Amino acid sequence: MQNYSFDDTHIIDMPLEKVLTTDNLQVFYGDNHAMHDATLEFPRYRITALIGASGSGKSTYLRCLNRMNDRIATVKGKIMYRDTDINSQNINVYEVRKHISMVFQRPNPFAKSIRENITFALKRNGIKDKNELNKRVEESLKAAALWDEVKDELDKSALALSGGQAQRLCIARCVAMKPDILLLDEPASALDPISTAKIEETLQQLRKNYSIIIVTHNMQQASRIADYTAFFHMGHVLEFDETEKLFTNPQIKATEDYISGNFG
Amino acid sequence: MNSKTSNNIATGVIYVLVAAVIGILVFLLGYILWTGIPHISWHFLTSAAQSFRAGGGVRDQLFNSMYLLVLTLIISFPIALGSGIYLSEYAPNNWFTGLIRTAVEVLSSLPSVVVGLFGYLLFVIQFNMGCSILAGAIALTFFNLPLLTRSIEESLQDVSQLQREAGLSLGLSRWKTITGIVLPAAVPGILTGIILSAGRVFGEAAALIYTAGQSAPTVNYGDWNPVDPASFLNPLRPAETLAVHIWKLNTEGVTPDAAAISSGASAVLIVVILLFNLLARMLGNWMYKKMTATR
Repeated sequence: MQNYSFDDTHIIDMPLEKVLTTDNLQVFYGDNHAMHDATLEFPRYRITALIGASGSGKSTYLRCLNRMNDRIATVKGKIMYRDTDINSQNINVYEVRKHISMVFQRPNPFAKSIRENITFALKRNGIKDKNELNKRVEESLKAAALWDEVKDELDKSALALSGGQAQRLCIARCVAMKPDILLLDEPASALDPISTAKIEETLQQLRKNYSIIIVTHNMQQASRIADYTAFFHMGHVLEFDETEKLFTNPQIKATEDYISGNFG
Repeated sequence: MNSKTSNNIATGVIYVLVAAVIGILVFLLGYILWTGIPHISWHFLTSAAQSFRAGGGVRDQLFNSMYLLVLTLIISFPIALGSGIYLSEYAPNNWFTGLIRTAVEVLSSLPSVVVGLFGYLLFVIQFNMGCSILAGAIALTFFNLPLLTRSIEESLQDVSQLQREAGLSLGLSRWKTITGIVLPAAVPGILTGIILSAGRVFGEAAALIYTAGQSAPTVNYGDWNPVDPASFLNPLRPAETLAVHIWKLNTEGVTPDAAAISSGASAVLIVVILLFNLLARMLGNWMYKKMTATR
């Protein structure tokens, strides 16, 4: 593989309202320094895509943002959310994850009914009112564009859903918690093109009320849905810009090679 | 030899081995049922055992076996559940947990006579429990724990890591994730563990001879007060189980129909184990459906 300089970066300052920023974020798996100095600012009510080759650190980075790397890796640096460093020791991580929720690569519905998948976490967080629960189920399923397909079988097992439906249920499950930020780790990589299109459509809708950060392997997907894009390479963030600029006029050689397919 | 021939040979060998296993099983089951079932009657199941005369039944032994199983599970299941959850969800992978796992395995390979004598010395003599169901249940817990702990640990580990991540990412604590998501998904596996260990409890004799005792005093099945000495629920009374009864009939039985009663009791034992299996599976499926909404 060609060697690219890690000092040569192009990272713009976020002109819009920021919802989350990371300052010099570093990740270590034991002695393995997996993420170097990631300093990024994410806009509110926009979709930001994280792209890069496998092993570039984008998923590792994403998982830091709601502390899913706790117990797996050592994360240094600051993650600022609402003027608080949520990467500090004395933060209640469970509370953080209620505000910053995550959808994973493989759909992972609970072995429960569709309704229970959504209400389970709500109930455990103290929402007991039946009407409120039903309302949240309907709202979140509508938000995830799944309502019409499942409204008559809410009490059937979620395990019977197709991959695409299951993934939208996982999105609905997060949305029902009314988080601020949705993190998605390659949410469509295990899905067929039609399901992928539905997920993308869903994200476009959600963008109105949520700030979305999505990791994707698929560059077309990034260019279709994202407002901003960050390019990761070997544990470094090399370029961060408006999606259109990054794809049409990349400032860094590595980015240009990656998006034009001349990489490696 | 081409790959097709070698495949055929391997398949053939496997079929022969399976047939051997099934053959032994069918022969044993068939022999026990064939010789035992003719002796089973309503009278046999509902009357007390006789020491010297013919015509005794196995009522008390049958009940004792079941009561012992229930008591053993009441003691061992919570402990096994806790340690299974610890080993699967919380235990770091270090020398200490390695030691725990090894200890659990050693425990499961202890000869049952040794456990029986240990229980006799510690519970029956030292703790002054006398030969009692409780002492028997504690001794059996020693057998039960390794098997149950292992099967609970393994069934929890079989639940996908993705499920735990899903729970955590929704802001649920680890404990809520384990109890609300991982545990329900592991119910079928846990149930298999319970069934396996229950079979062992039903069939165990050596450890019980010294702990639960070899006598089945007449008890009052209408007396629901567990502290009353005559009550069938009293855990401190001696209680000969079906398996111990069979052993006793075959070694020192003096009733003229000892052989017939022993055959009948063996068949009853097997039938009860089968019934317990079926019931536990049905209950487990029902619970799993209820918890997971799988239809």
